[in-house]
Amino acid sequence: MPAVKEIQEKMRARAGELLRDGGVSMALGWKRGEFCHDPEPAFFESEAELDNFVYDGFSSPLLSKYLIETIRKDKQKGEGKGSKFLVFLKPCDSYGLNLLLKEHRVERERVYAVGVGCPGMLDVDKIRAAGVKNMRSFDETETEVTIHASSGDKTLARRDILLEKCLVCKGPEFAVQDEVLAPGLPSFEGGDRFAGVTELESMSPEERFSFWRNELSRCIRCNACRNACPVCSCNKCVFDNPQSGVQAKSNADSFEENMFHIVRAFHVAGRCSDCGECSRVCPQKIPLHLLNRKFIKDINAFYGAFQAGADAEARAPLTNYEFGDVEPGAVVKRGGGA
Amino acid sequence: MPINAESGEFKPMIVAFCCNWCSYAGADLAGSSRLSYPADVKIIRVPCSCRVNPLFMLRAFQRGADGVIMCGCHPGDCHYTSGNYFARRRMALLFSMLEYLGIEKGRVRVEWVSAAEGQKFAITMNQFAETVAALGECKRLEDLRCQP
Ligand code: SF4
Ligand code: SF4
Repeated sequence: MPAVKEIQEKMRARAGELLRDGGVSMALGWKRGEFCHDPEPAFFESEAELDNFVYDGFSSPLLSKYLIETIRKDKQKGEGKGSKFLVFLKPCDSYGLNLLLKEHRVERERVYAVGVGCPGMLDVDKIRAAGVKNMRSFDETETEVTIHASSGDKTLARRDILLEKCLVCKGPEFAVQDEVLAPGLPSFEGGDRFAGVTELESMSPEERFSFWRNELSRCIRCNACRNACPVCSCNKCVFDNPQSGVQAKSNADSFEENMFHIVRAFHVAGRCSDCGECSRVCPQKIPLHLLNRKFIKDINAFYGAFQAGADAEARAPLTNYEFGDVEPGAVVKRGGGA
Repeated sequence: MPINAESGEFKPMIVAFCCNWCSYAGADLAGSSRLSYPADVKIIRVPCSCRVNPLFMLRAFQRGADGVIMCGCHPGDCHYTSGNYFARRRMALLFSMLEYLGIEKGRVRVEWVSAAEGQKFAITMNQFAETVAALGECKRLEDLRCQP
């Protein structure tokens, strides 16, 4: 039996145990969505509900962010005080949870974090690009995925259909967890995550401007990128302000989109764990990781290597300083973080 | 932004964020020493350079600025001890990002101006206005909704 299915069964069993024994009052996991390739975040309150539990190559949605609302609602109800919520984490998800803990958005004692090994998450667009139409179901192993579709069956190498973020995986370690199920799956780490940024940096300003115009003008301001992000967790977001002039889409010119994207990326600068959720959820396929990674690359170059979420104690680069920091003028002169 | 209707000469609109304790006083000194700097430099007084949210800079461009400069106390001299150090990091990242998005390099600048440096203030503003004038109107960060 393929390893991924086994992990799913292990997770289901463990969640059942924890729900039954009263250790946790709710489990955050994934259930099947409308299609086989879009499992969605789901809340499980009883063992019976766990029949719908899914963990497979498409369980990419990051769950920890839902803890904020879940805990808030639980507090409002005033009951179940002190109850814990189980959340499943892939290794890369654990950085997001660590940030939520660090920024006091989620209380550690309300969370029971179960880390699960990750086989690498799949990108349905890459599958479609490989000529698959109307995907109905699939079987997966750590190295291969067989798709059953109306266009016929097709077996693809897992590596070829991974999400972009998985090609530059941070590795199988967890930044935070209470227990780990099925650790040690091979990850696909090793790619250069800054390759895209470097390529853009080497272009002329005109080329860069038209590249970003082309990308950003597709933005429909659906705010999905913000909503999926584990560090976009402010109670009041600047973009929800009707006075901001950037609340809704304006087709007139470049400013609104530039503004939105610069500010969004800036607000997560030094906090973005590069989890890849924003780029994944964008319905317009805007490569938002190229903005976030620019900041990450610059921060690494100017202020020393930093991985947000790896260490819950570390001071974020933008809430810190050193006497000898680079001058903004020098940054511009030498053409960005080189 | 304003282009003189008669001469056709382009005079850039420049927004200067100046901290209350050093740079605003520096600007004051430039004025009282009768040093000239372009009249199109609009000074906005802020309590500390650290008050300057990157959004303010973008907002200035939105409202028609062609160049935006931030002035604060010299590193080490901040009235609030460390505000300008934080501002420095923010601006370094912002400037690098603007460049990455293909916005012309010379449109933003940071300069540390103390209360005693009226002359430096005037020279900086003259230089900056020149640089921005050479770049022309800021088209890449314009917002048509804000045009007069
Ligand atoms: S900005 Fe994108 S990659 Fe960064 S933490 Fe948020 S969702 Fe993840
Ligand atoms: S998810 Fe994509 S389309 Fe939606 S607001 Fe973000 S960048 Fe724009």
